[in-house]
Amino acid sequence: MDGEELTEQETALYDRQIRVWGANAQRRLTKSHILVSGIKGTVAEFCKNIVLAGVGSVTLMDDSLVNEEALNANFLIPPDENAYRGKTVAEICCDSLKDFNPMVLVSVEKGDLSARSTEFFEKFDVVVIGYGSLATKKAVNEKCRKLSKRVAFYTVDCRDSCGEIFVDLQDYKYTKKKLEEKVECELNFPSFQEAVSVPWKPIPRRTAKLYFAMRVIEVFEENEGRKHGQCSLLDLPTVLEIKKKLCEANTVSESHVPDSLLERLITGTIEFPPACAIVGGILAQEVIKAVSGKGEPLNNFFYYDAQDGKGVMENISNSFTS
Amino acid sequence: MKSFHFSNLTNLRCIAYCSVLSLPPPMDQQQQQSAIQGAKVLMVGAGGIGCELLKTLALSGFHDIHIIDMDTIEVSNLNRQFLFRRSHVGQSKAKVARDAVLRFRPHINIRSYHANVKNPEFDVDFFKQFDVVLNGLDNLDARRHVNRLCLAADVPLVESGTTGFLGQVTVHVKGKTECYECQTKPTPKTYPVCTITSTPTKFVHCIVWAKELLFAKLFGDKNQDNDLNVRANKAASSSKETEDVFERADDEDIEQYGRKIYDHVFGYNIEAALSNEETWKNRRRPRPIYSKDVLPESLTQKNGSTQNCSATDGDDSTTVSAMPLLGLKNPQELWGLTQNSLVFIEALKLFFAKRKKEIGHLTFDKDDQLAVEFVTAAANIRAESFGIPLHSLFEAKGIAGNIVHAVATTNAIVAGLIVIEAIKVLKKDADKYRMTYCLEHPSRKMLLMPVEPFEPNPSCYVCSKTPLVLEINTQKSKLRDLVDKIVKAKLGMNLPLIMHGASLLYEVGDDLDDIMVANYNANLEKSLSELPSPVINGSILTVEDLQQELSCKINVKHREEFDEEKEPEGMVLSGWTQSPATNGESASTSNNESAVDVTESSSGPEIASKKRKLSETQPENHKRETENVESEDDDDLVEIENPMTVSKKKRVA
Repeated sequence: MDGEELTEQETALYDRQIRVWGANAQRRLTKSHILVSGIKGTVAEFCKNIVLAGVGSVTLMDDSLVNEEALNANFLIPPDENAYRGKTVAEICCDSLKDFNPMVLVSVEKGDLSARSTEFFEKFDVVVIGYGSLATKKAVNEKCRKLSKRVAFYTVDCRDSCGEIFVDLQDYKYTKKKLEEKVECELNFPSFQEAVSVPWKPIPRRTAKLYFAMRVIEVFEENEGRKHGQCSLLDLPTVLEIKKKLCEANTVSESHVPDSLLERLITGTIEFPPACAIVGGILAQEVIKAVSGKGEPLNNFFYYDAQDGKGVMENISNSFTS
Repeated sequence: MKSFHFSNLTNLRCIAYCSVLSLPPPMDQQQQQSAIQGAKVLMVGAGGIGCELLKTLALSGFHDIHIIDMDTIEVSNLNRQFLFRRSHVGQSKAKVARDAVLRFRPHINIRSYHANVKNPEFDVDFFKQFDVVLNGLDNLDARRHVNRLCLAADVPLVESGTTGFLGQVTVHVKGKTECYECQTKPTPKTYPVCTITSTPTKFVHCIVWAKELLFAKLFGDKNQDNDLNVRANKAASSSKETEDVFERADDEDIEQYGRKIYDHVFGYNIEAALSNEETWKNRRRPRPIYSKDVLPESLTQKNGSTQNCSATDGDDSTTVSAMPLLGLKNPQELWGLTQNSLVFIEALKLFFAKRKKEIGHLTFDKDDQLAVEFVTAAANIRAESFGIPLHSLFEAKGIAGNIVHAVATTNAIVAGLIVIEAIKVLKKDADKYRMTYCLEHPSRKMLLMPVEPFEPNPSCYVCSKTPLVLEINTQKSKLRDLVDKIVKAKLGMNLPLIMHGASLLYEVGDDLDDIMVANYNANLEKSLSELPSPVINGSILTVEDLQQELSCKINVKHREEFDEEKEPEGMVLSGWTQSPATNGESASTSNNESAVDVTESSSGPEIASKKRKLSETQPENHKRETENVESEDDDDLVEIENPMTVSKKKRVA
């Protein structure tokens, strides 16, 4: 699996990070293929990080045209209208990313991610969906799980100054360091479908509220046919109604999901650049771990909120009910 | 070129919606934007953290940023310092970072300084012009210096550090929180001379020997003191004899010379050390190693003479390398004794054959391939002799070069955290200030752990002016020892001034006349009790650094004896209550250090005098978990307290 040695150029360039994760991990990284869909601030950060890390290839999917809003928090897009007019976000970001590390193959894939066949995903080792709809996230995750090859699946969503990362590594074997020894471990990840359908009542009280709030937002966007960021304070009543219904269905009180948090998520549709750097950084670290098979992965949600400053891992699966 | 202004994006959108609903925009949004827009920020460091930080500051709407960095760009930076390209190697980091960020935010104001932050131009008045200072440094010395200037200028400081996957961000506001030095930071580790010269037990000891003794002796300044021939048995042959070994006659065959050195340091010296039974009573005996037992009689026959290799005399010295000549390609490969010996001889030969002019002036440089090869080989042979596990060139280079392992992601995360704290500071949101720790493994589910800052340490000699106590032999120790080991090294003063009562014992400065300088130089060589104003038991010294605007008092206590192993410097500075490093800092972030400083490269080999210690290089890092994190049930925030200190230390607000 580890094949040829790293080239002299690679060894020199990656020296400092090889000292972190080792040459074997670096070799695996240089052979990995990452699919990224949905590029805004956080995902731009993520892409920068994995390109610097030296993955084999990054395939970008985002057909939205560059506009003023896209420029916010996305340092991959130079603010020159003449340069980006008529181009998609993926195309512009592709050029910038290539610059960071000429050894990484960065390319653009056009079209709708959810329309892709199962076989399409087989080309990749990692799939990352940024700001995706509930339907897309479910569909792609299912396809990844159908393949005999294990494709690591991640979703990321950042609003205002908080963010959510979801990880599905299916059946995952990895090594981790315990004291001075290397220990072999195995984890079993729930699918995206399962993870977002877990009944709320048995979930421990101190679980991050963002988990519940994001589920409400997911339903809202699906019902109203909205994309990430296409909402405002005017939608608050609708959102609160959805929250009420979800809480009732799950037999939990409405205080389970703070209204203030929901309000923040629908008004703060623009990402806060520091939060992008943080969530994008954590996501990249996770992908690097998964590709290298080294280090304990996030299992299975990560939440960051600049308001309390915490970055927490939450494990949410049907194991609560069993 | 048409472009857009982004600084008000968030605010505009907010205002737009509110106007639809006829509501005023949220106070905190407005407040935040105006705090950011009005801010003048100083960044110190344009490296790993600096690049990420400058980018995030620009994206967040900051538009008046000054950035200081004395370094130039190297290839090994490019894996994470993403504002730089290969074509920038050799150029100023501060300048290139500025240019790169202006490309995606053309209308912001960035002023870059390619200079050392310790330069006198960056005085208190310079610091006073900023609303907040953000550090992205990699050494303790500069951090302490900036800390003091921020205190003197009364400007808040946001500190940070990263090593591998670990990182932390801390906030320091004068009078409100601890300053950076309220908790002692460990200075780079040093080892007793005897461990290095006679009784190594770890590989790092062998590296220090190879780098600071052997390499220095062979290729460095001949006038430097060198402990290489220090032997336990002082009744051994005269030093004149051993001096001749290291001197090479002009016509002496290089390979012969190399083997002679090899035999001397790995054979003869070891045998001489073995003759002292006492040393080895409870220790594993080293075995002498001679070249004839390891290498074929003549290497020239086997590998072709160095004169025949493709490199010519005019070659750039950085490309000369022993490894390819020996068919060794992989720096991660572990070499055996024979291979190490071959590299030793070959590297030595190459120095004399291709880099003769440099001999006598060289210092070890981790980017000097041949030097790294030589030191690796020498350290490994010594390790073999003492039964210590050998290491690859890659590992040896990291130890010898104090290389800090680093990745882009941790720096990006830390940069985000720095900006968040900076905004709180600008809004004077004191309740919200947090120290944040980036952990490799979750602690109570947290990968990012915020902790409330502590109040200033009332015994901190930097921000609270508490006197220190120095135990020293006032009859034997010289003023020079005090200046080097205490004032400069421990207290971190660059341009010190030392007074005893009204008597000025020592100072540095450009404006001193020759008589004063001669006077001070004379004082340096005197023992404390012999100074014009004798410093004895009970004396109180005042030590100042005018640039840092730091002044401390030292109470001197005479003490006759010091333990050579435990107190090798022959003096002990104490007296301030070391705040126990009980918040998450100590355990969570450091690898081989016990307190906050995560990114710590050694300040380089320190060769002082007499009973000096050889400055060591950071050993291999071990990652440590956070320990003992307490948490109250309903408390949202993690409180980390050592029960012993609950009464003493109070949280901010």
